[in-house]
Amino acid sequence: MIPYRWLLAGLATLVAALFLASLLVGPAGISPGQGFRALVLGDGGPMTLVMREIRLPRALLGILVGASLGLSGAAMQGYLRNPLAEPGLLGVSGSAALGAVLAIQTGLAAAFALAVPLAALAGGGVAVALLLLLAGPRGGSLTLILAGIAVSALAGALISLVLNLSPDPFAASEIVFWMLGSLADRSFLHVALATPFVALGAALLLPLGRRLDTLTLGEDAAEALGTRLGRLRLMLVAGVAAMVGAATAVAGAVGFVGLVVPHLLRGAVGARPGRLLAASALGGAAMVLAADIAVRLILPGSDLKLGVLTAIVGAPLFLHLVYRTRRDLA
Amino acid sequence: MTLLSIEGLTVLRGRCPAVDAVSVSIAPGEVVGLIGPNGAGKTTLMRGALGLLPHRGRSSLAELPPAARARHAAWLPQAREIAWPVTVGTVVALGRMPYEARGAAADAVAVTRAIDRMDLGAFRDRIATQLSGGEQARVLLARALAQETPLLLADEPIAGLDPAHQIATMDVFKDLAAAGRSVVVSLHDLGLAARFCSRLVMMRAGRIVADGAPAEILSPERLADVFGITVWREAAPEGLLLLPIARAGAGR
Repeated sequence: MIPYRWLLAGLATLVAALFLASLLVGPAGISPGQGFRALVLGDGGPMTLVMREIRLPRALLGILVGASLGLSGAAMQGYLRNPLAEPGLLGVSGSAALGAVLAIQTGLAAAFALAVPLAALAGGGVAVALLLLLAGPRGGSLTLILAGIAVSALAGALISLVLNLSPDPFAASEIVFWMLGSLADRSFLHVALATPFVALGAALLLPLGRRLDTLTLGEDAAEALGTRLGRLRLMLVAGVAAMVGAATAVAGAVGFVGLVVPHLLRGAVGARPGRLLAASALGGAAMVLAADIAVRLILPGSDLKLGVLTAIVGAPLFLHLVYRTRRDLA
Repeated sequence: MTLLSIEGLTVLRGRCPAVDAVSVSIAPGEVVGLIGPNGAGKTTLMRGALGLLPHRGRSSLAELPPAARARHAAWLPQAREIAWPVTVGTVVALGRMPYEARGAAADAVAVTRAIDRMDLGAFRDRIATQLSGGEQARVLLARALAQETPLLLADEPIAGLDPAHQIATMDVFKDLAAAGRSVVVSLHDLGLAARFCSRLVMMRAGRIVADGAPAEILSPERLADVFGITVWREAAPEGLLLLPIARAGAGR
């Protein structure tokens, strides 16, 4: 097994390399040398505009969204002691999507630039309030999952209702495309909006490592080892909600990253849920950056959506992992 | 000095008390066997005493803040859960969680000591979830030993172990007691309880019905009354030998 520090250093290097690659890929056809000169020095021309206003925010959002999904997924799996858990389980992403959908449908999205992400964040906030109301401060992990499923289902039904009753086919197709998930055409406003939430979420989730480790022994033993389960659950819900809410707000629904990344890295950290947190944050960032580069390379002309690609690649990958796990258990 | 004192502890399960106004105290150097039929409240008493369940009455353990309690008492639940495929060494090292401030060297020594004590040296780098049930039970007990607390509460730690490891485990408890620490252990093997425990606490329907030296607690009359069994018993050089024979009143 690779030493933990080397693993993190390797993943960080990978993220940095993909970040640079992400800056160099795009329809404008800028050469690497020109691109970096335009980015750093600024020539006042269109090349600087492309690098600074289009590619840089896109690459930064790739890191923010990917790290959010990877870290939240690892935290959820560690808390629920279940490799099938994923960040969407809390219903925050569904509710955030509902908020965005309402903003698009009501025309608020056309009124000002940040209407969609702000409405999505508000939707996520409503989901957290509902969750805490339903699962309570003392509820167990099962209550939390059930409450999350209920919130998800309700949000999904309401999105369907909006689409169902939408009088405007353009708004309806815009909603559908937004929900596919993408990092295209985002600006620094999106980066500025997401950053504080992602930072808050990371600050809440990353310190949970040792407590998630104790949960390996079950809730009873963890509590007897000094882990305060109520506080752990509160920090987890708040952290996952902040990160997933922000990710959904700026990128729409990007599936499978939060599920697959912890799976891929579990073996490399010796299955320790605490160590999986930082590793999955880096791994998620790498995966989303890579996928976002791929959508620009595979079908440059037709705006392939990021969420579509992560699902298309993620699902078979997940099947392969399930197959391998099955063989290990047999 | 006592390691644990419980006064009038009541734990409700639904509306009926699973533990009913129980008072007991544990002194250093004891191996206290907690015996009683299924549903007598043994597990609930230990979890209530640790403060893991809402309760009335007082328990000196439950009054401690969680971190301090984890340095005073280790808890080995009956459910043998290892959720992730981590190594045996990793599982045992979880017992060092309450000592965040201490150096890694002290932790490593404690972990190795616990692993050796449970005869797990050869398993240290194996994946814990791939071991047999009995081996996993020993790994989890080693985790509780690595916590190096004055008090250990263990819920049926020897169930499912082979005879040699059952005896070895009870020997470990005896050694702990000889070193001035105490163990509260629930168990159903009355023969081992008779020979290895320094004191037995017998429960029925949420109450303590007897508390004292094994030879005195395990009288034929009381075993017939509380457990509904007849036993063969004999004082031997190895200690009190006791074997359940039949249900009391069978063939009635």
